[in-house]
Amino acid sequence: MTIRGKIWKFGNDVDTDVIIPARYLNTSDVKELASHCMEDADPEFARKIARGDIIAAGSNFGCGSSREHAPIAIKEAGISLVIAESFARIFYRNAFNIGLPILELPQAGGAIAQGDDVEVDIETGSITDHTTGLQYQANPIPPFMRELLTAGGLVPYVASRAARTTRR
Amino acid sequence: MPMTIAEKILAAHSGRDDVKPGELVEADLDFVFANDITGPMAIRVFNKAGGKMVFDPQRVALIPDHFVPNKDIPSAIQAKEIREFARQQKLPHYFEVGRMGIEHVLLPEQGLVLPGDVIIGADSHTCTYGALGAFSTGVGSTDLGAAMVTGTTWFRVPESMRFIFSGKLNRWVSGKDLILYTIGRIGVDGARYRAMEFCGPVIEGMQMSDRFTICNMAIEAGAKVGIIAPDAITESYVKNRARRPYRFFSSDPDARYEATYDWDITQMEPQVACPHSPANVHKVSELKDIAIDQAVIGSCTNGRIEDLRVAAKILRGRKVSSTTRCIILPGSPDVYRQALAEGLLQIFIDAEAAVSTPTCGPCLGGYMGVLAAGERAVSTTNRNFIGRMGHVKSEVYLASPAVAAASAVAGRIAHPDEVL
Repeated sequence: MTIRGKIWKFGNDVDTDVIIPARYLNTSDVKELASHCMEDADPEFARKIARGDIIAAGSNFGCGSSREHAPIAIKEAGISLVIAESFARIFYRNAFNIGLPILELPQAGGAIAQGDDVEVDIETGSITDHTTGLQYQANPIPPFMRELLTAGGLVPYVASRAARTTRR
Repeated sequence: MPMTIAEKILAAHSGRDDVKPGELVEADLDFVFANDITGPMAIRVFNKAGGKMVFDPQRVALIPDHFVPNKDIPSAIQAKEIREFARQQKLPHYFEVGRMGIEHVLLPEQGLVLPGDVIIGADSHTCTYGALGAFSTGVGSTDLGAAMVTGTTWFRVPESMRFIFSGKLNRWVSGKDLILYTIGRIGVDGARYRAMEFCGPVIEGMQMSDRFTICNMAIEAGAKVGIIAPDAITESYVKNRARRPYRFFSSDPDARYEATYDWDITQMEPQVACPHSPANVHKVSELKDIAIDQAVIGSCTNGRIEDLRVAAKILRGRKVSSTTRCIILPGSPDVYRQALAEGLLQIFIDAEAAVSTPTCGPCLGGYMGVLAAGERAVSTTNRNFIGRMGHVKSEVYLASPAVAAASAVAGRIAHPDEVL
Protein backbone atom coordinates (compact mmCIF):
# COMPACT_ATOMS: atom_id res chain seq x y z
CA MET A 1 0.00 0.00 0.00
CA THR A 2 1.41 3.35 -1.08
CA ILE A 3 0.54 6.77 0.31
CA ARG A 4 1.51 10.04 -1.32
CA GLY A 5 0.78 13.49 0.07
CA LYS A 6 1.96 16.86 1.21
CA ILE A 7 3.81 17.18 4.52
CA TRP A 8 2.44 19.17 7.47
CA LYS A 9 5.24 19.67 9.90
CA PHE A 10 5.14 19.78 13.71
CA GLY A 11 7.80 19.77 16.45
CA ASN A 12 8.53 17.58 19.48
CA ASP A 13 6.05 16.53 22.19
CA VAL A 14 2.85 17.30 20.25
CA ASP A 15 0.33 16.55 23.00
CA THR A 16 -3.22 15.22 22.80
CA ASP A 17 -4.63 18.53 24.07
CA VAL A 18 -3.19 20.19 20.96
CA ILE A 19 -4.37 17.39 18.66
CA ILE A 20 -7.93 17.61 19.99
CA PRO A 21 -8.58 20.10 22.82
CA ALA A 22 -10.57 18.71 25.75
CA ARG A 23 -13.25 21.37 25.32
CA TYR A 24 -14.46 19.32 22.33
CA LEU A 25 -14.54 16.00 24.17
CA ASN A 26 -18.20 16.42 25.02
CA THR A 27 -18.85 14.63 21.75
CA SER A 28 -17.51 11.55 20.03
CA ASP A 29 -18.92 12.61 16.64
CA VAL A 30 -15.94 11.98 14.37
CA LYS A 31 -16.69 14.79 11.89
CA GLU A 32 -16.96 17.29 14.72
CA LEU A 33 -13.69 16.05 16.25
CA ALA A 34 -11.98 16.22 12.85
CA SER A 35 -13.02 19.84 12.37
CA HIS A 36 -11.00 20.81 15.48
CA CYS A 37 -7.93 18.70 14.68
CA MET A 38 -4.65 20.44 15.73
CA GLU A 39 -6.67 23.58 16.40
CA ASP A 40 -4.53 24.89 19.27
CA ALA A 41 -1.37 24.60 17.16
CA ASP A 42 -2.91 25.90 13.92
CA PRO A 43 -6.56 27.05 14.02
CA GLU A 44 -6.92 26.61 10.23
CA PHE A 45 -5.32 23.15 10.03
CA ALA A 46 -8.47 21.12 9.39
CA ARG A 47 -9.48 23.44 6.54
CA LYS A 48 -6.03 23.78 4.95
CA ILE A 49 -5.15 20.12 4.49
CA ALA A 50 -6.08 17.94 1.54
CA ARG A 51 -7.25 14.35 1.89
CA GLY A 52 -4.21 12.07 1.91
CA ASP A 53 -1.77 14.60 3.34
CA ILE A 54 0.86 13.44 5.81
CA ILE A 55 1.92 14.76 9.23
CA ALA A 56 5.65 14.70 10.04
CA ALA A 57 6.83 15.50 13.56
CA GLY A 58 9.64 15.14 16.06
CA SER A 59 9.76 12.93 19.13
CA ASN A 60 7.01 11.82 21.54
CA PHE A 61 4.08 12.60 19.19
CA GLY A 62 0.71 12.20 20.94
CA CYS A 63 1.91 12.51 24.53
CA GLY A 64 -0.55 13.12 27.33
CA SER A 65 -4.08 11.82 27.48
CA SER A 66 -5.37 8.39 26.48
CA ARG A 67 -8.13 10.00 24.41
CA GLU A 68 -8.68 7.94 21.27
CA HIS A 69 -10.37 11.06 19.95
CA ALA A 70 -6.83 12.23 19.04
CA PRO A 71 -5.90 9.68 16.34
CA ILE A 72 -9.56 9.64 15.23
CA ALA A 73 -9.53 13.43 14.71
CA ILE A 74 -6.34 13.15 12.63
CA LYS A 75 -7.65 10.27 10.54
CA GLU A 76 -11.09 11.77 9.95
CA ALA A 77 -9.57 15.15 9.04
CA GLY A 78 -8.09 13.34 6.05
CA ILE A 79 -4.50 12.74 7.16
CA SER A 80 -3.35 9.42 5.72
CA LEU A 81 -0.23 8.84 7.81
CA VAL A 82 1.81 10.27 10.67
CA ILE A 83 5.59 9.96 10.52
CA ALA A 84 7.41 10.93 13.72
CA GLU A 85 10.75 10.32 15.37
CA SER A 86 8.82 8.55 18.14
CA PHE A 87 5.30 8.25 19.48
CA ALA A 88 3.87 8.36 23.00
CA ARG A 89 2.90 4.88 24.13
CA ILE A 90 -0.89 5.17 24.37
CA PHE A 91 -1.18 7.14 21.12
CA TYR A 92 0.86 4.49 19.29
CA ARG A 93 -1.52 1.77 20.43
CA ASN A 94 -4.66 3.82 19.76
CA ALA A 95 -3.51 4.71 16.23
CA PHE A 96 -3.19 1.06 15.24
CA ASN A 97 -6.43 0.18 17.00
CA ILE A 98 -8.44 2.69 14.97
CA GLY A 99 -6.54 2.13 11.73
CA LEU A 100 -4.40 5.25 11.43
CA PRO A 101 -1.04 4.22 9.92
CA ILE A 102 1.98 5.61 11.76
CA LEU A 103 5.69 5.14 11.14
CA GLU A 104 8.73 5.91 13.25
CA LEU A 105 11.57 7.60 11.38
CA PRO A 106 14.59 9.27 13.03
CA GLN A 107 14.70 11.96 10.31
CA ALA A 108 10.99 12.86 10.58
CA GLY A 109 11.62 15.88 12.80
CA GLY A 110 14.55 17.17 10.75
CA ALA A 111 15.12 16.50 7.05
CA ILE A 112 11.50 16.18 5.92
CA ALA A 113 10.14 19.73 5.59
CA GLN A 114 6.79 21.51 5.57
CA GLY A 115 5.17 21.19 2.15
CA ASP A 116 7.40 18.37 0.86
CA ASP A 117 5.80 15.87 -1.52
CA VAL A 118 6.35 12.50 0.13
CA GLU A 119 5.56 8.95 -0.93
CA VAL A 120 5.48 6.06 1.55
CA ASP A 121 5.25 2.31 1.12
CA ILE A 122 3.44 1.19 4.26
CA GLU A 123 4.43 -2.47 3.84
CA THR A 124 8.16 -1.90 3.62
CA GLY A 125 8.51 1.40 5.48
CA SER A 126 10.32 2.90 2.47
CA ILE A 127 9.87 6.69 2.28
CA THR A 128 10.67 8.92 -0.72
CA ASP A 129 10.77 12.70 -0.41
CA HIS A 130 10.13 13.78 -4.03
CA THR A 131 10.85 17.43 -3.16
CA THR A 132 14.39 16.76 -1.95
CA GLY A 133 14.96 13.49 -3.79
CA LEU A 134 16.02 11.83 -0.55
CA GLN A 135 15.02 8.32 0.49
CA TYR A 136 14.51 6.98 4.00
CA GLN A 137 13.80 3.65 5.62
CA ALA A 138 11.38 3.79 8.56
CA ASN A 139 11.52 1.38 11.49
CA PRO A 140 9.41 -1.57 10.35
CA ILE A 141 6.04 -2.03 12.05
CA PRO A 142 6.26 -4.92 14.56
CA PRO A 143 4.64 -8.10 13.18
CA PHE A 144 1.95 -8.18 15.84
CA MET A 145 0.84 -4.66 14.92
CA ARG A 146 0.79 -5.56 11.22
CA GLU A 147 -1.63 -8.37 12.06
CA LEU A 148 -3.93 -5.86 13.72
CA LEU A 149 -3.77 -3.61 10.64
CA THR A 150 -4.39 -6.56 8.32
CA ALA A 151 -7.46 -7.52 10.33
CA GLY A 152 -8.66 -3.92 9.92
CA GLY A 153 -8.05 -2.81 13.49
CA LEU A 154 -8.78 -4.24 16.89
CA VAL A 155 -12.57 -4.37 16.58
CA PRO A 156 -12.73 -6.93 13.75
CA TYR A 157 -9.84 -8.77 15.38
CA VAL A 158 -11.81 -9.15 18.61
CA ALA A 159 -15.10 -9.83 16.82
CA SER A 160 -13.53 -12.96 15.36
CA ARG A 161 -12.89 -14.15 18.89
CA ALA A 162 -16.13 -12.98 20.50
CA ALA A 163 -17.60 -16.48 20.38
CA ARG A 164 -15.68 -17.29 23.54
CA THR A 165 -17.14 -14.35 25.37
CA THR A 166 -16.31 -15.10 28.97
CA ARG A 167 -13.01 -16.05 30.43
CA ARG A 168 -14.04 -16.90 33.97
CA MET B 1 15.49 -15.40 36.17
CA PRO B 2 15.55 -12.24 38.31
CA MET B 3 12.64 -9.92 37.57
CA THR B 4 11.33 -6.51 38.52
CA ILE B 5 7.96 -6.12 40.23
CA ALA B 6 6.39 -5.05 36.92
CA GLU B 7 7.76 -8.13 35.13
CA LYS B 8 6.62 -10.47 37.91
CA ILE B 9 3.05 -9.16 37.85
CA LEU B 10 2.85 -9.49 34.05
CA ALA B 11 4.32 -13.01 34.17
CA ALA B 12 1.82 -14.10 36.83
CA HIS B 13 -1.08 -12.82 34.71
CA SER B 14 0.03 -14.36 31.43
CA GLY B 15 0.70 -17.91 32.58
CA ARG B 16 4.45 -17.53 32.31
CA ASP B 17 7.32 -18.36 34.66
CA ASP B 18 9.12 -15.25 33.54
CA VAL B 19 8.95 -12.44 31.01
CA LYS B 20 11.62 -10.23 29.47
CA PRO B 21 11.39 -6.60 28.36
CA GLY B 22 10.29 -6.33 24.74
CA GLU B 23 8.24 -9.54 24.75
CA LEU B 24 4.56 -9.37 23.89
CA VAL B 25 2.26 -11.10 26.36
CA GLU B 26 -1.48 -11.54 26.62
CA ALA B 27 -2.47 -10.89 30.23
CA ASP B 28 -5.62 -11.59 32.23
CA LEU B 29 -7.07 -8.36 33.60
CA ASP B 30 -8.21 -7.94 37.19
CA PHE B 31 -10.07 -4.69 36.62
CA VAL B 32 -11.07 -2.45 33.71
CA PHE B 33 -12.89 0.88 33.65
CA ALA B 34 -13.77 3.96 31.63
CA ASN B 35 -15.21 7.42 32.26
CA ASP B 36 -17.83 9.66 30.63
CA ILE B 37 -15.37 10.84 27.93
CA THR B 38 -13.86 7.50 26.96
CA GLY B 39 -16.76 5.20 27.95
CA PRO B 40 -19.18 5.98 25.10
CA MET B 41 -16.53 5.10 22.48
CA ALA B 42 -15.58 1.96 24.42
CA ILE B 43 -19.22 0.86 24.56
CA ARG B 44 -19.51 1.32 20.79
CA VAL B 45 -16.44 -0.89 20.34
CA PHE B 46 -17.88 -3.46 22.76
CA ASN B 47 -21.07 -3.65 20.70
CA LYS B 48 -19.31 -3.72 17.32
CA ALA B 49 -17.01 -6.46 18.54
CA GLY B 50 -20.06 -8.60 19.21
CA GLY B 51 -19.96 -8.21 22.99
CA LYS B 52 -23.10 -9.43 24.76
CA MET B 53 -22.12 -9.38 28.44
CA VAL B 54 -18.97 -7.97 29.98
CA PHE B 55 -16.46 -10.66 30.94
CA ASP B 56 -17.17 -10.16 34.67
CA PRO B 57 -19.48 -7.40 35.97
CA GLN B 58 -17.56 -7.28 39.28
CA ARG B 59 -14.41 -6.29 37.42
CA VAL B 60 -15.77 -3.50 35.26
CA ALA B 61 -16.41 0.05 36.44
CA LEU B 62 -17.89 3.10 34.73
CA ILE B 63 -17.25 6.44 36.42
CA PRO B 64 -18.78 9.65 35.07
CA ASP B 65 -16.27 12.11 36.51
CA HIS B 66 -14.89 14.33 33.73
CA PHE B 67 -17.79 16.53 32.61
CA VAL B 68 -20.22 15.39 35.33
CA PRO B 69 -22.33 16.83 36.98
CA ASN B 70 -23.24 17.42 33.34
CA LYS B 71 -21.69 20.63 32.10
CA ASP B 72 -23.78 20.92 28.93
CA ILE B 73 -26.20 18.94 26.77
CA PRO B 74 -23.59 16.92 24.81
CA SER B 75 -21.95 15.96 28.13
CA ALA B 76 -25.35 14.92 29.47
CA ILE B 77 -25.78 12.64 26.45
CA GLN B 78 -22.39 11.01 27.05
CA ALA B 79 -23.14 10.49 30.74
CA LYS B 80 -26.51 8.98 29.79
CA GLU B 81 -24.83 6.53 27.43
CA ILE B 82 -22.63 5.04 30.11
CA ARG B 83 -25.45 5.06 32.68
CA GLU B 84 -27.70 3.09 30.34
CA PHE B 85 -24.95 0.62 29.50
CA ALA B 86 -24.23 0.11 33.21
CA ARG B 87 -27.92 -0.62 33.85
CA GLN B 88 -28.23 -2.94 30.90
CA GLN B 89 -25.11 -4.84 31.95
CA LYS B 90 -26.11 -4.71 35.64
CA LEU B 91 -22.72 -3.31 36.59
CA PRO B 92 -22.43 -2.97 40.37
CA HIS B 93 -19.56 -0.49 40.05
CA TYR B 94 -21.27 2.36 38.26
CA PHE B 95 -20.99 5.53 40.34
CA GLU B 96 -23.80 8.05 39.96
CA VAL B 97 -23.43 11.73 40.91
CA GLY B 98 -23.42 11.88 44.70
CA ARG B 99 -21.56 8.56 44.88
CA MET B 100 -19.13 9.46 42.13
CA GLY B 101 -15.56 10.55 42.81
CA ILE B 102 -12.59 11.20 40.53
CA GLU B 103 -11.83 7.70 39.29
CA HIS B 104 -8.24 7.50 40.53
CA VAL B 105 -9.20 8.72 43.98
CA LEU B 106 -12.36 6.60 44.14
CA LEU B 107 -11.29 3.15 42.93
CA PRO B 108 -8.41 2.58 45.42
CA GLU B 109 -10.53 4.04 48.23
CA GLN B 110 -13.32 1.59 47.37
CA GLY B 111 -10.91 -1.36 47.42
CA LEU B 112 -11.67 -2.18 43.77
CA VAL B 113 -8.07 -1.95 42.53
CA LEU B 114 -5.53 -3.89 44.55
CA PRO B 115 -1.89 -4.87 44.94
CA GLY B 116 -0.66 -7.39 42.38
CA ASP B 117 -3.45 -6.57 39.91
CA VAL B 118 -3.14 -5.99 36.20
CA ILE B 119 -5.50 -3.08 35.46
CA ILE B 120 -6.35 -1.06 32.38
CA GLY B 121 -8.45 2.07 32.32
CA ALA B 122 -9.48 4.32 29.47
CA ASP B 123 -7.73 7.25 31.09
CA SER B 124 -4.03 8.01 30.99
CA HIS B 125 -3.74 8.50 34.76
CA THR B 126 -4.65 4.87 35.37
CA CYS B 127 -0.95 4.53 36.24
CA THR B 128 -1.93 5.93 39.68
CA TYR B 129 -2.62 2.43 41.08
CA GLY B 130 1.02 1.47 40.74
CA ALA B 131 1.20 3.05 44.18
CA LEU B 132 -0.57 -0.09 45.45
CA GLY B 133 1.96 -2.37 43.76
CA ALA B 134 -0.26 -3.05 40.74
CA PHE B 135 0.62 -3.07 37.02
CA SER B 136 -1.84 -0.45 35.89
CA THR B 137 -1.91 1.55 32.70
CA GLY B 138 -4.05 3.81 30.57
CA VAL B 139 -5.40 2.69 27.20
CA GLY B 140 -7.71 4.07 24.53
CA SER B 141 -11.39 3.29 24.15
CA THR B 142 -10.85 0.51 21.61
CA ASP B 143 -8.52 -1.45 23.89
CA LEU B 144 -10.93 -0.91 26.77
CA GLY B 145 -14.02 -1.92 24.77
CA ALA B 146 -12.25 -5.07 23.60
CA ALA B 147 -11.10 -5.87 27.14
CA MET B 148 -14.68 -5.57 28.41
CA VAL B 149 -15.46 -8.48 26.06
CA THR B 150 -12.47 -10.72 26.70
CA GLY B 151 -11.06 -9.77 30.11
CA THR B 152 -7.61 -9.84 28.56
CA THR B 153 -5.31 -7.56 26.65
CA TRP B 154 -1.82 -7.67 25.18
CA PHE B 155 1.18 -5.80 26.52
CA ARG B 156 4.74 -5.24 25.43
CA VAL B 157 6.74 -5.96 28.58
CA PRO B 158 8.34 -2.61 29.44
CA GLU B 159 11.94 -2.03 30.40
CA SER B 160 12.15 -0.84 34.00
CA MET B 161 13.83 2.30 35.32
CA ARG B 162 14.54 2.68 39.02
CA PHE B 163 14.29 5.93 40.97
CA ILE B 164 15.78 5.76 44.45
CA PHE B 165 15.01 8.63 46.81
CA SER B 166 17.02 9.03 49.99
CA GLY B 167 17.61 11.79 52.52
CA LYS B 168 15.15 13.77 54.60
CA LEU B 169 12.12 15.60 53.22
CA ASN B 170 11.94 19.28 54.08
CA ARG B 171 8.72 20.70 55.48
CA TRP B 172 6.23 21.41 52.65
CA VAL B 173 8.00 19.00 50.29
CA SER B 174 5.68 16.20 49.20
CA GLY B 175 5.19 13.42 46.70
CA LYS B 176 4.13 16.05 44.15
CA ASP B 177 7.52 17.75 44.43
CA LEU B 178 9.38 14.45 44.00
CA ILE B 179 7.52 13.57 40.82
CA LEU B 180 7.80 17.09 39.36
CA TYR B 181 11.53 17.01 40.11
CA THR B 182 11.80 13.60 38.43
CA ILE B 183 9.96 14.73 35.28
CA GLY B 184 12.07 17.89 35.22
CA ARG B 185 15.20 15.77 35.29
CA ILE B 186 14.29 13.12 32.69
CA GLY B 187 11.83 15.03 30.46
CA VAL B 188 8.33 14.31 29.16
CA ASP B 189 9.57 11.32 27.18
CA GLY B 190 12.33 10.30 29.60
CA ALA B 191 10.46 7.13 30.54
CA ARG B 192 8.58 6.55 27.30
CA TYR B 193 7.28 2.94 27.18
CA ARG B 194 9.04 2.22 30.49
CA ALA B 195 8.04 1.09 33.96
CA MET B 196 9.14 3.68 36.53
CA GLU B 197 9.85 1.98 39.83
CA PHE B 198 10.05 4.35 42.79
CA CYS B 199 11.90 3.17 45.89
CA GLY B 200 14.33 4.08 48.63
CA PRO B 201 13.89 5.24 52.22
CA VAL B 202 11.90 8.37 51.33
CA ILE B 203 9.31 6.36 49.41
CA GLU B 204 9.21 3.69 52.13
CA GLY B 205 8.37 6.39 54.69
CA MET B 206 5.63 7.98 52.58
CA GLN B 207 1.90 7.76 53.20
CA MET B 208 -0.30 6.33 50.45
CA SER B 209 -1.58 9.70 49.25
CA ASP B 210 1.94 10.83 48.32
CA ARG B 211 2.62 7.49 46.63
CA PHE B 212 -0.57 7.87 44.56
CA THR B 213 0.52 11.36 43.51
CA ILE B 214 3.94 10.11 42.40
CA CYS B 215 2.64 7.16 40.36
CA ASN B 216 -0.20 9.32 38.95
CA MET B 217 2.25 11.50 37.04
CA ALA B 218 4.47 8.70 35.67
CA ILE B 219 2.56 9.16 32.40
CA GLU B 220 3.86 12.74 32.28
CA ALA B 221 7.33 11.26 31.71
CA GLY B 222 5.84 8.97 29.04
CA ALA B 223 5.83 5.86 31.24
CA LYS B 224 3.57 2.88 30.82
CA VAL B 225 3.38 2.34 34.57
CA GLY B 226 4.69 3.89 37.76
CA ILE B 227 5.06 1.34 40.51
CA ILE B 228 5.99 1.12 44.19
CA ALA B 229 6.59 -2.16 46.04
CA PRO B 230 3.77 -2.73 48.53
CA ASP B 231 4.69 -2.79 52.23
CA ALA B 232 3.12 -2.40 55.68
CA ILE B 233 1.80 1.07 54.75
CA THR B 234 0.11 -0.42 51.67
CA GLU B 235 -1.27 -3.27 53.76
CA SER B 236 -2.83 -0.96 56.31
CA TYR B 237 -4.44 1.08 53.49
CA VAL B 238 -5.79 -1.96 51.66
CA LYS B 239 -6.77 -4.47 54.32
CA ASN B 240 -10.14 -3.03 55.30
CA ARG B 241 -11.04 -1.90 51.80
CA ALA B 242 -10.21 -4.88 49.59
CA ARG B 243 -13.23 -6.49 47.92
CA ARG B 244 -11.24 -9.55 46.85
CA PRO B 245 -7.88 -11.25 47.58
CA TYR B 246 -4.68 -9.46 46.64
CA ARG B 247 -1.03 -10.30 46.36
CA PHE B 248 2.22 -8.48 47.10
CA PHE B 249 5.04 -8.64 44.56
CA SER B 250 8.50 -7.10 44.82
CA SER B 251 11.55 -6.79 42.62
CA ASP B 252 14.39 -9.26 42.98
CA PRO B 253 17.59 -7.68 44.32
CA ASP B 254 19.41 -8.59 41.09
CA ALA B 255 16.57 -7.53 38.74
CA ARG B 256 17.71 -5.64 35.64
CA TYR B 257 17.03 -1.94 35.17
CA GLU B 258 17.62 0.06 32.04
CA ALA B 259 18.61 3.01 34.23
CA THR B 260 18.91 3.78 37.93
CA TYR B 261 18.68 7.26 39.39
CA ASP B 262 19.73 7.77 43.00
CA TRP B 263 18.77 11.16 44.40
CA ASP B 264 19.30 12.65 47.85
CA ILE B 265 16.38 15.03 48.33
CA THR B 266 17.50 16.60 51.61
CA GLN B 267 18.04 20.01 50.02
CA MET B 268 14.90 19.89 47.89
CA GLU B 269 12.42 22.74 48.07
CA PRO B 270 8.89 22.77 46.62
CA GLN B 271 8.91 22.38 42.84
CA VAL B 272 6.76 24.10 40.20
CA ALA B 273 6.27 23.05 36.56
CA CYS B 274 5.99 26.21 34.45
CA PRO B 275 4.12 26.57 31.14
CA HIS B 276 3.75 24.67 28.90
CA SER B 277 5.38 21.41 29.92
CA PRO B 278 5.35 19.23 33.05
CA ALA B 279 9.13 18.98 32.52
CA ASN B 280 9.68 22.76 32.72
CA VAL B 281 10.34 22.47 36.45
CA HIS B 282 11.81 25.13 38.73
CA LYS B 283 12.26 25.61 42.47
CA VAL B 284 9.46 27.74 43.85
CA SER B 285 12.05 30.28 45.11
CA GLU B 286 13.18 30.91 41.52
CA LEU B 287 9.72 32.17 40.56
CA LYS B 288 9.40 35.80 41.57
CA ASP B 289 6.31 37.94 41.15
CA ILE B 290 4.26 35.56 39.06
CA ALA B 291 0.76 36.84 39.73
CA ILE B 292 -2.02 34.26 39.50
CA ASP B 293 -5.69 34.65 38.70
CA GLN B 294 -6.74 31.23 39.93
CA ALA B 295 -5.60 28.42 42.23
CA VAL B 296 -7.04 24.93 41.81
CA ILE B 297 -6.61 22.34 44.57
CA GLY B 298 -7.86 18.84 43.79
CA SER B 299 -7.79 16.31 40.90
CA CYS B 300 -6.69 12.69 40.58
CA THR B 301 -3.20 13.91 41.41
CA ASN B 302 -3.90 15.82 44.62
CA GLY B 303 -7.58 15.49 45.61
CA ARG B 304 -7.16 13.24 48.65
CA ILE B 305 -7.88 14.10 52.28
CA GLU B 306 -4.17 14.46 53.08
CA ASP B 307 -3.90 17.07 50.30
CA LEU B 308 -6.86 19.02 51.68
CA ARG B 309 -5.37 18.92 55.20
CA VAL B 310 -2.19 20.54 53.89
CA ALA B 311 -4.21 23.24 52.09
CA ALA B 312 -6.27 23.85 55.25
CA LYS B 313 -3.13 24.29 57.36
CA ILE B 314 -2.20 27.22 55.14
CA LEU B 315 -5.68 28.65 54.53
CA ARG B 316 -6.80 28.49 58.18
CA GLY B 317 -7.44 32.01 59.43
CA ARG B 318 -6.33 33.57 56.12
CA LYS B 319 -8.14 34.86 53.05
CA VAL B 320 -7.65 34.10 49.40
CA SER B 321 -6.12 37.19 47.76
CA SER B 322 -8.64 39.67 46.36
CA THR B 323 -7.01 39.24 42.93
CA THR B 324 -7.29 35.43 42.93
CA ARG B 325 -10.03 32.80 42.79
CA CYS B 326 -9.36 29.59 44.70
CA ILE B 327 -11.31 26.45 43.77
CA ILE B 328 -11.04 23.33 45.92
CA LEU B 329 -12.36 19.97 44.72
CA PRO B 330 -12.44 17.03 47.16
CA GLY B 331 -11.69 13.92 45.08
CA SER B 332 -14.53 11.69 46.26
CA PRO B 333 -17.59 11.63 48.52
CA ASP B 334 -15.49 9.99 51.27
CA VAL B 335 -12.88 12.74 51.00
CA TYR B 336 -15.66 15.34 51.06
CA ARG B 337 -17.30 13.74 54.11
CA GLN B 338 -13.99 13.50 55.94
CA ALA B 339 -13.12 17.11 55.10
CA LEU B 340 -16.51 18.12 56.49
CA ALA B 341 -15.99 16.10 59.69
CA GLU B 342 -12.54 17.61 60.25
CA GLY B 343 -13.78 21.17 59.71
CA LEU B 344 -11.69 21.66 56.59
CA LEU B 345 -14.62 22.82 54.46
CA GLN B 346 -15.38 25.51 57.03
CA ILE B 347 -11.76 26.67 56.84
CA PHE B 348 -11.92 26.81 53.03
CA ILE B 349 -15.21 28.70 52.95
CA ASP B 350 -14.01 31.12 55.64
CA ALA B 351 -10.89 31.70 53.51
CA GLU B 352 -13.31 32.58 50.67
CA ALA B 353 -12.33 29.66 48.50
CA ALA B 354 -15.02 27.92 46.43
CA VAL B 355 -15.58 24.25 47.28
CA SER B 356 -16.85 22.03 44.47
CA THR B 357 -18.35 18.58 44.28
CA PRO B 358 -15.84 16.01 42.92
CA THR B 359 -15.13 16.40 39.20
CA CYS B 360 -12.16 16.45 36.82
CA GLY B 361 -13.71 19.59 35.26
CA PRO B 362 -11.08 22.33 35.60
CA CYS B 363 -8.00 20.13 35.08
CA LEU B 364 -8.72 19.66 31.39
CA GLY B 365 -10.47 22.95 30.74
CA GLY B 366 -13.89 21.34 30.86
CA TYR B 367 -15.71 23.53 33.36
CA MET B 368 -15.65 24.71 37.01
CA GLY B 369 -12.67 26.99 36.47
CA VAL B 370 -11.90 27.55 32.77
CA LEU B 371 -9.26 30.24 32.07
CA ALA B 372 -9.63 33.23 29.72
CA ALA B 373 -6.88 34.50 27.40
CA GLY B 374 -4.06 36.01 29.42
CA GLU B 375 -5.10 34.33 32.68
CA ARG B 376 -2.73 32.30 34.78
CA ALA B 377 -3.43 29.50 37.25
CA VAL B 378 -1.45 27.56 39.79
CA SER B 379 -2.90 24.09 39.99
CA THR B 380 -2.31 20.81 41.81
CA THR B 381 -3.32 18.95 38.65
CA ASN B 382 -1.02 17.09 36.27
CA ARG B 383 -0.77 18.84 32.90
CA ASN B 384 0.06 22.37 31.81
CA PHE B 385 -0.01 21.89 28.04
CA ILE B 386 -1.07 24.81 25.83
CA GLY B 387 -4.79 25.40 26.34
CA ARG B 388 -5.09 22.67 28.96
CA MET B 389 -7.29 24.69 31.36
CA GLY B 390 -8.96 26.92 28.81
CA HIS B 391 -7.83 29.50 26.27
CA VAL B 392 -4.66 28.79 24.26
CA LYS B 393 -3.24 32.02 25.66
CA SER B 394 -3.78 31.00 29.30
CA GLU B 395 -1.06 29.51 31.49
CA VAL B 396 -0.91 26.75 34.08
CA TYR B 397 1.75 26.28 36.76
CA LEU B 398 1.73 22.83 38.37
CA ALA B 399 2.51 22.59 42.09
CA SER B 400 1.71 20.85 45.36
CA PRO B 401 -1.36 21.65 47.50
CA ALA B 402 0.94 23.57 49.89
CA VAL B 403 2.28 25.84 47.15
CA ALA B 404 -1.16 26.24 45.54
CA ALA B 405 -2.76 27.24 48.85
CA ALA B 406 0.07 29.64 49.71
CA SER B 407 -0.15 31.14 46.22
CA ALA B 408 -3.92 31.61 46.58
CA VAL B 409 -3.28 33.68 49.71
CA ALA B 410 -0.36 35.64 48.24
CA GLY B 411 -2.01 36.21 44.84
CA ARG B 412 1.25 35.12 43.23
CA ILE B 413 3.28 31.94 43.22
CA ALA B 414 4.61 31.63 46.77
CA HIS B 415 6.44 29.29 49.11
CA PRO B 416 4.24 28.33 52.09
CA ASP B 417 6.76 29.91 54.47
CA GLU B 418 6.07 33.28 52.83
CA VAL B 419 2.47 33.37 54.02
CA LEU B 420 2.68 31.51 57.34
